[in-house]
Amino acid sequence: MNTEILGVILQWTLLVALCYPLGRYIAKVYRGERTWLDFMAPLERRIYKICGIDPDEEMNWKKFLKALLTVNLFWFFWGMLLLVCQGWLPLNPDGNPGQSPDLAFNTCISFMVNCNLQHYSGETGLSYFTQLFVIMLFQFVTAACGMAAMAGIMKALAAKSTQTIGNFWVFLTRSVTRILMPLSLLVGILLIVNGTPMSFDGRQTLTTLEGEEQVISQGPTAAIVPIKQLGTNGGGYFGVNSSHPLENPNAFTNILECWSILILPMAMVFAFGFYTRRRRLAAWIFAVMLFAYTAGVVCSVWQETGGSKQITEMGIAQDMGSMEGKEIRIGPAASAMWGMTTTVTSNGSVNSMHDSQTPLSGMLQMLNMQINCWFGGVGVGWMNYFAFLIVAVFISGLMVGRTPEFLGHKVEAREMKIATMVVLMHPFLILVGTGIAAALAAADPGIGWLNNPSFHGLSEMLYEFTSSAANNGSGFEGLGDNTPFWNISTGIALIMGRYFPIVGQVAIAGLLASKKFIPESAGTLKTDTGTFSVMTFAVILIVAALAFFPALALGPVADYLTF
Amino acid sequence: MCVVLGVGYVLVLRLAAAVASPNGGEAETVALDGKVVGAANVGQSFTDIRYFWGRPSAVDYNGGGSGGSNKGTANPEYLAEVEQRVQDFLTAHPYLSRDEVPSEMVTASGSGLDPDISPRGAQVQVSRVAAARGLDTAVVRRLVDSLTQGPWLGLFGTSKVNVLRLNVALDEMQPVGTPGQVERTTGTDGGSESDSTLTK
Repeated sequence: MNTEILGVILQWTLLVALCYPLGRYIAKVYRGERTWLDFMAPLERRIYKICGIDPDEEMNWKKFLKALLTVNLFWFFWGMLLLVCQGWLPLNPDGNPGQSPDLAFNTCISFMVNCNLQHYSGETGLSYFTQLFVIMLFQFVTAACGMAAMAGIMKALAAKSTQTIGNFWVFLTRSVTRILMPLSLLVGILLIVNGTPMSFDGRQTLTTLEGEEQVISQGPTAAIVPIKQLGTNGGGYFGVNSSHPLENPNAFTNILECWSILILPMAMVFAFGFYTRRRRLAAWIFAVMLFAYTAGVVCSVWQETGGSKQITEMGIAQDMGSMEGKEIRIGPAASAMWGMTTTVTSNGSVNSMHDSQTPLSGMLQMLNMQINCWFGGVGVGWMNYFAFLIVAVFISGLMVGRTPEFLGHKVEAREMKIATMVVLMHPFLILVGTGIAAALAAADPGIGWLNNPSFHGLSEMLYEFTSSAANNGSGFEGLGDNTPFWNISTGIALIMGRYFPIVGQVAIAGLLASKKFIPESAGTLKTDTGTFSVMTFAVILIVAALAFFPALALGPVADYLTF
Repeated sequence: MCVVLGVGYVLVLRLAAAVASPNGGEAETVALDGKVVGAANVGQSFTDIRYFWGRPSAVDYNGGGSGGSNKGTANPEYLAEVEQRVQDFLTAHPYLSRDEVPSEMVTASGSGLDPDISPRGAQVQVSRVAAARGLDTAVVRRLVDSLTQGPWLGLFGTSKVNVLRLNVALDEMQPVGTPGQVERTTGTDGGSESDSTLTK
């Protein structure tokens, strides 16, 4: 059998096999039970002490959100300051200058919201100091923020009736010390063994065989790559992300990095099941997500290994598949797999150029981000699914004439309003944004944004807004996006796409939890069944996917049908 | 937290790199006659007919930057560019028919720094390189075979040939500037011998 396909199957199997035990472990961490990483406890106590945190304090959902937003605001100013001043700070052997304030603003926002849209190139736009103390640090904390928010929701849903949803600071700290950091260390060491650089000396300059001078950028790459993958961040160390041969040196590291993208979002689904003791519900949610993800992977792998139609017409040998924008050591199948994995989650790292993939793969990537809840970002992806669950509970409740309830709490008008707003905000941001951009581009053909004409040009703009609103960060990189229009408009989409859902979803959970607990009876709508899962899947398809089909028909579908 | 991550975590990895990395944490390099001629994992430009060529690069193999072409599959400008590359490739390898030109040799890589070509991409160049160097095609072909890396664990992923290692092996077999003199001294063990010196 084709070894490329075998590689894809191996990645899939490793993901599904390992997410279950990891999910159980994560639930234990948030419950505060004994785990084998308990030797981290003194370190955590010291952190609480220095920061003046009382780890035993219980917060209600408003206080919880306030802590979350405050820490984000603090990191924002921290990042701005360091990025602008990086030219004068240490660890800058390549002598890269400070970023301009507007670029620093953009970089800061995008890393703070876990999106990692990059309008600079890592080799020249950052120093080693800011790579570590802004980029890497943000990648840890923003991922931990998403996980902490989900931990709060889990705590709210597990309780019968409660006013408090746990301590944000404790969840945040434990996410880093018990989950993200140990896993990153493991992945980092494996990368180092395979040749990913980890040094503080500057660029290497050498003379090639043909006598030309070549400069090789390097640096502390192996510290950043693991967390960028595990924390569904995606901001690459090098400009071209994981298609760079130093960031992703061989087939093994590619499997490892691709595994790292999805393992935590997958595990979080089971963590929910273990934490709330509703394993059946978690298993059904997992099944729906896995089905959607796998279907995407199969289609995309088939498209990419089949090759580009236009190249086939040229009459040259295309037995590897579509190779524009792809690397030999990775190959089209693993590139397609990565493309799907990075878009079902909010990761956005790439190992091939999505702009050059075949049109239907591009469409599936956009669709994944537009739905944004097949696994999704660590913590936040599951929370998006949770908003759809609430909508599905409400609709099914109406259909069969039962009071809509979820996990023993009545779903009422207030929760429904929030859920609906959260669910509809996403298409609103993407479609309105793309509409404005398309109108501007059409009015002024010389505007110079697009790298490709016609339908594919529309896809480039649609992809950029989709990726921003979904906090993904990948792009059809041909788009000339470092202009005031794109910086500002995508910046707004980034902020709305991150904080609006988090606030809404935590609020729903907090509101539900403070209601009286109604024990399950014969009249209760069961949510942990196949029927209800199909219902949720249908709601997601109708609300999230159908809204985008007209836009997709004009972009990638028309592109596919072009001769 | 800043200190734990920024210093603790990074130091642990830096130490691991010093111990376990192929080149003490720096990008792994390849040397010819004791002189560093390139990074093993970063592709470089080859245009000389005595060398195997790598894939087209959208950034001209600039190791300080990186980038792909980001061209859509149906872009007419892009298709014209590929067609031009096909013509050039056929001119340089007149013994090939059009349907033997591997697509990866006329399409740009994602990073612009792809260090590898497919085994087929190397095989189609063998006759040209052998002719330019005055070597026996069988000898060059054997060298390509010995430097072809199979899939990971023999099961997963693609097969590939590292262009720089291949060209360095060629030069070790027959230093540039002394064409046609050393075929007889190398013979069959040329490939395996240079293989062992290269992987260090």
